Amino acid sequence: MTEPLASSPMVIADRVVKSFGSHTVLKDISLTVNRGEVVCVIGPSGSGKSTFLRCINHLEKLDGGRLTVDGELIGYRQRGDKIYELKPKEAAAQRKDIGMVFQRFNLFPHLTVLENIMEAPLQVKRQSRASASARALELLARVGLAEKAKAYPASLSGGQQQRVAIARALAMDPKLMLFDEPTSALDPELVGEVLDVMKQLAKDGMTMIVVTHEMGFAREVADSLVFMDGGVVVERGDPREVLTNPQQDRTKSFLSKVL
Amino acid sequence: METTGPSGQPERIVAIPLRHPVRNVVAVVIILIVVLFVVDAAFFRPAYDWPAVGKYIFDVRVSQAALVTIELTVLAMVGAIVLGTLLAVMRLSPNPVLKSVAWAYLWIFRGTPVYVQLVFWGLLATIYKTISVGVPFSSDVLFSWTTQDAISVFWLAVIGLALNEAAYMAEIVRAGMLSVDPGQSEASTALGMSWSQTMRRIIIPQSMRVIIPPTGNEVISMLKTTSLVTAVPLSTDLYTRTRDISAETFNPIPLLIVASIWYLFFTSLLMIGQYFLERRFARGSRFVDVGPGVENPAVLVGATPTAPVAAQPDTSTEGRSS
Repeated sequence: MTEPLASSPMVIADRVVKSFGSHTVLKDISLTVNRGEVVCVIGPSGSGKSTFLRCINHLEKLDGGRLTVDGELIGYRQRGDKIYELKPKEAAAQRKDIGMVFQRFNLFPHLTVLENIMEAPLQVKRQSRASASARALELLARVGLAEKAKAYPASLSGGQQQRVAIARALAMDPKLMLFDEPTSALDPELVGEVLDVMKQLAKDGMTMIVVTHEMGFAREVADSLVFMDGGVVVERGDPREVLTNPQQDRTKSFLSKVL
Repeated sequence: METTGPSGQPERIVAIPLRHPVRNVVAVVIILIVVLFVVDAAFFRPAYDWPAVGKYIFDVRVSQAALVTIELTVLAMVGAIVLGTLLAVMRLSPNPVLKSVAWAYLWIFRGTPVYVQLVFWGLLATIYKTISVGVPFSSDVLFSWTTQDAISVFWLAVIGLALNEAAYMAEIVRAGMLSVDPGQSEASTALGMSWSQTMRRIIIPQSMRVIIPPTGNEVISMLKTTSLVTAVPLSTDLYTRTRDISAETFNPIPLLIVASIWYLFFTSLLMIGQYFLERRFARGSRFVDVGPGVENPAVLVGATPTAPVAAQPDTSTEGRSS
């Protein structure tokens, strides 16, 4: 395998198909995300946005097409024209470079904030406690929660929990961050603090795919906006362009309901 | 009605508490019945033979037997918890072979009475006369023991109790693991943690909260099930020993009381232990049962300045070095 070029795309989805039983959620998704690019994905619920995101780090197995991250085929290995399933260990190794933030935060409630962030670096990357802890504190400061290191997640607000979840994902030094409706479970007044952290992350050059309903964030931060519906990419373009002047009827009708 | 107090603050409600007259009457009646029963038992029922109870309660033979019962309980439960956790993990694993093996184990060991199993273990030496280690597919034997010499009756009892209990523990542990939000294993998988790391570090610690209360039940139940080891036959445990003594004295009732007092004493100790164990594994969760009769059981455990009760933020993190 050749070393991927610095200018090569981070994510290439090529005709991705995913079904649950007889229900095909992703019909035919092709999408390229370049390094440092922030892509926001919008669409009605059930359109396959979250499933697509979960396919990128192989939380869901693809049924068709190819998906590569940083030039590496996700979940499978190709030799000649044969495709082999990866061993669980190899799939785990691919995931450690892809950070993910969930709608429901999914912090580990039995661990403190600091321990939450240190867990994967200690267990997966076998870092020393000292360096994992130093890095965790640095990340906590970055998301503005340095004083909460010893708190348990249950004592934090939703917005604080989501910022910790972002720090936890960043602790693995991912090359790509996936956000699955990161602000949808938050009280309206807490949305801003999470979006601010994400904006800063985008400014620092992180490649991000964000499934969101925050059109303001998409307009301001995204390099590219994708509208998905019925398991296909209906429209993609510059966010201001798509939001103000959608080309497709389905995009128009969706935006007229949410804007 | 005036709702502003003298200082301009909203006036405090000073209400007459709700009375519970029936509650008090019932309590008095119950106390009277209990007192009458105790007085009657103490002075008018010679069959209880209280002097004999006093004589045998600290008899060396009895306290030694009590120790054997505790040993049986602890060893069998440790074995059962280890094996039960393994079986639960096997049942939840994606591997169909492991799943089927665990299922078959549960089918057999839960489906037959523990008494029958103990009799079987007692007959092990009859079924398998020797235990040999040899080279497969050859007649070379490296080591060989007669089963009777290799495993004592005590260990047969431990094995019998542990293997039976493991089947029940497996279901308790499995229920505990299923109670953990699926988002937890998703999050740890997304972080690149393996299935076994996810189990060990994320799922099992969180399932402890659900596992401990029924496990406490099982320990107490095991303490009493040890009285069946006479089936193996092991005769040094508490119940069998007190029965053997009463067979000599022709006076069974006081010795039954002696055995009951010892069982009750151990059960009480176990309940205290369970209370502290539950507190420990409630770290990071909102609700902790802080014991009977406490008015406000909702205590946030963990480090937070707004916790209503000082939950000592630092003691909750100590002892976690791994």
